[in-house]
Amino acid sequence: MSGGVEITVRVAEIEQATASVKRFRLASASGEPLPVFSAGSHVVVSMDDGGHRIRNPYSLIDRAPDGLSYRIGVLRTPNSRGGSIFMHERVSVGSELVITMPVNLFPLIRTGRKHVLVAGGIGVTPIYAMADELRSQNAPYEVHYAMRDEANGAFAAELVERHGDKVRLYRDDAREIIRVEEMLPNQPLGTHLYVCGPEGMINAILAGGRAAGWPVENLHSERFLAPPGGAPFSVALAKAGITAEVGPHQSLLEAIEEAGVDAPYLCRGGACGQCVTTVLSFEGELIHNDHYLTDEEKASGTKIMTCVSRLNGRELVLDL
Amino acid sequence: MTTLSDIKSRPIYAGLKVDDMARRHLVAAEGEGALAVIEAFSRAPDALDRTTILYCPAGSAAMGHDTALADLNPDVFHLAPSPQTLLVRLNVMLSTATMGTRLYATGTEGFIGAVIAAALPFGVDHHSIYTEHRGSLARRVQCVHCKGMTENVTATPFTCSHCGLTLFVRDHYSRRLGAFQGVCVDAEEPGVIPPVEELYK
Repeated sequence: MSGGVEITVRVAEIEQATASVKRFRLASASGEPLPVFSAGSHVVVSMDDGGHRIRNPYSLIDRAPDGLSYRIGVLRTPNSRGGSIFMHERVSVGSELVITMPVNLFPLIRTGRKHVLVAGGIGVTPIYAMADELRSQNAPYEVHYAMRDEANGAFAAELVERHGDKVRLYRDDAREIIRVEEMLPNQPLGTHLYVCGPEGMINAILAGGRAAGWPVENLHSERFLAPPGGAPFSVALAKAGITAEVGPHQSLLEAIEEAGVDAPYLCRGGACGQCVTTVLSFEGELIHNDHYLTDEEKASGTKIMTCVSRLNGRELVLDL
Repeated sequence: MTTLSDIKSRPIYAGLKVDDMARRHLVAAEGEGALAVIEAFSRAPDALDRTTILYCPAGSAAMGHDTALADLNPDVFHLAPSPQTLLVRLNVMLSTATMGTRLYATGTEGFIGAVIAAALPFGVDHHSIYTEHRGSLARRVQCVHCKGMTENVTATPFTCSHCGLTLFVRDHYSRRLGAFQGVCVDAEEPGVIPPVEELYK
């Protein structure tokens, strides 16, 4: 498989953390320990929705001390394409799921002298793992976690319990806002900042970092996108000699897979670049939604990331 | 001019430019590097009251670059008698510096490499250090056999100043050591030594 080695897991425990977040404990189905992962890693969870495959990336929260299970946190999103709804409504204790090997696109920079972790909402999942790893290494760090209100702070109590006064909580309902201009000055040289959360928050924190004179090399973020829908179009795979239709709610990658072609992918969220495919020709306009290709590459019209990007037009011809 | 190499580790020095966003500018310059500092900061004079310049004249002591640099009137100007003393001062400054400080290094390759190597343990990403190569192309070379360092190597092959082997200078570079790697050139046929080329003057 293009996504690498797959692991079958069984849901061992489901915890309703908040009204909209469930935490799932995924246990190794074989009884063999699951691979050790570095903080910031994610797995792609593959769900079988009546013959229709849904694959979503989720950051790993932790690995049980015995190595036999991972935890992930899933926010139920109202505009879900099916993945988070499936996890919330169709998955129960005992359900079997298939996950990929952990992949880390959001690693801690181990040469850093200090680490500032910033999370918003469900973006706390990789940050939770990072804070634990930094604590175990006795490295200097601080955690800033913004949530809508106390009831939506899925991880607030645990973070405070584990990291004490290194954690600062911000509640939207109490008009507590992360002030990047207060957080960033006077951090020692060699500090790295990591942010995960809603798009607007990530952009504000990164912009605040640059405004405070931080080099881009010290500013890190991760955002997985759900593939945006759009008008249907057809995709021709030149090497395979296949033409497939991409539906309005389907991603290009999903349509290629449904046509029986094992196309490359890793994160399925526009972040890693594994699925970059050469565009041979197209009629219409390429809609690039990823965070990977450079503006020049996007403008060149010769490359596309099949996981989140699509065509607004009639036909796209790919070198697949 | 530095020519591009097939060896991936061979450093590339993009040239000095002042980071407008930085709250503080920490400049380490050696020899002819003074001219790169003067060119870059003359274009951004507003930055100078937030700038510290550490300068060591080294080989260009008679050129008066130190006076020209001091005339920029930066917030702090420190004239060091040797690269070693400059690095001691730099280390103290790095240990108390805060984020928002942009580090600049300019001069010979050996000097730039030493500044980068000093900054790495403070968690500074080497990509974030603005560099410009000025002056001699002389290399600091590590003998891969005895691990001894030879400074100011201008020709290849050369004789290791520690173990006496005849070393071919490679573009293979160690950022941690701030040195190129020298490999025995006549290991297979001892005594068969290619002609010496003055490549790094």
